[in-house]
Amino acid sequence: MKSRQEPGHLLVVDDNRVNRILLARGLEGHGHQVETAENGKQALEKLRADSFDLVLLDIEMPEMNGYQVLEICLQDPELRDIPIIMTSSLDEVDSVVKCIELGAEDYLNKPINPILLRARVNASLEKKHLRDEQRKLFRTFATKEVADELLKTGFSLGGEYVNASVMFVDIRSFTSIVEKQEPAETIELLNNYFALMFEAVTGHYGTVNQLEGDGLMAIFGAPIHHEGHREDAVRAALEMIELLEGFNVERSAQDKVQIEIGIGIATGRVIAGYTGTQYRATYTCVGDTVNLAARIENHTKVADRPILIDQYTCEGLPGDIKAEALGPILFKGKQQPIHIFAVKIYS
Amino acid sequence: MPVIDRVTFEELKQMSGADFINELIDAFLDDAPNMISQMQIALVAKDVESFRRNAHSLKSNANTFGALELGMLARELEYMGRENNLDIGDRLEVLNEAFERVAEGLKEMRA
Repeated sequence: MKSRQEPGHLLVVDDNRVNRILLARGLEGHGHQVETAENGKQALEKLRADSFDLVLLDIEMPEMNGYQVLEICLQDPELRDIPIIMTSSLDEVDSVVKCIELGAEDYLNKPINPILLRARVNASLEKKHLRDEQRKLFRTFATKEVADELLKTGFSLGGEYVNASVMFVDIRSFTSIVEKQEPAETIELLNNYFALMFEAVTGHYGTVNQLEGDGLMAIFGAPIHHEGHREDAVRAALEMIELLEGFNVERSAQDKVQIEIGIGIATGRVIAGYTGTQYRATYTCVGDTVNLAARIENHTKVADRPILIDQYTCEGLPGDIKAEALGPILFKGKQQPIHIFAVKIYS
Repeated sequence: MPVIDRVTFEELKQMSGADFINELIDAFLDDAPNMISQMQIALVAKDVESFRRNAHSLKSNANTFGALELGMLARELEYMGRENNLDIGDRLEVLNEAFERVAEGLKEMRA
């Protein structure tokens, strides 16, 4: 097993002085920074005052025992992500089972075996590190609610069929814009542009799951299912157009090229799941609906309308959003013509 | 049965680091008599919970150092406490004598 040797900030909680010294010295010997607490109350104070990567928690303590500390930590959004390894004597196996069921990360029997200590601590720190990375990733690409929900429910790595709305967004004639300006200007343009697009997506419970060049792909209604994702997707598209107007006003004031975008949305069944490696994973979706959304987006140039949607998306819209039927279009690679609708832009 | 099991003691040294084994021994020699006297007090006061908890701590430390006999005696008392049985006969005296032997042994092993 590969083990990271990066030091962690650890808290050892035990009412017994010999155990505290032993664990603290042992873990310091592995390069970790270790603090100790003599009881549950002191442990919670330290956990709330500072940030820790891992807690080693004794079950048997006077006043507030290990279970109580564990439960309080798991119910506290600020503390629940810190892995907790329970420490207990061999004859308290039932208690250990109880702790694991309550949500402890792992357990160690006393007297503690030094090899197991090292292995379990490293494994827990590794998992903590991975969770921190995932959290960062999700915070960047999804709303706080979606990120929290995913972190709470855990990551199901297996794929599943979900009903969702898929959106593609592209900048029109981006290549010719790039050719006319300095590389630094292009990157600045993209960063400012994406900041606006992300805001529109996450503001409507969507998740951005791909960026490629000037293109963006977003999904609504997954990974966390919610009704109304068709409306959310279209409202996000309308907000993109609105935000872009303001963006263009600023650009024209600075004598810079204005940009136009095309947005395509399709709704249906997609295969969704996490793909990648443990170091870099992304929530993605594939299937006909994704393919269709990309084709519809591409069609915005031909139709000369900024937002195009398929019929199923259109059927999910409330009365205040108007869409005009453009008739059936036979897309490349599709057997059947698809009814396309242009969403009316508010003026 | 040896007073202190060598294998367990060597593992302990490996874990704490040889430099810190004396600190651990000192903490134990300092704390254990207190645990035993707390058990004595609890016995008189019929405080089953305090009796059980101190027996538990002593058991835990004894096993950490490989003091297996002491650990077994403390464990027996912990279990009796858990079952609300403080009718322990002379077990506390026996335990105290076992501790004296462990204390001697540990003082010798102190580098």
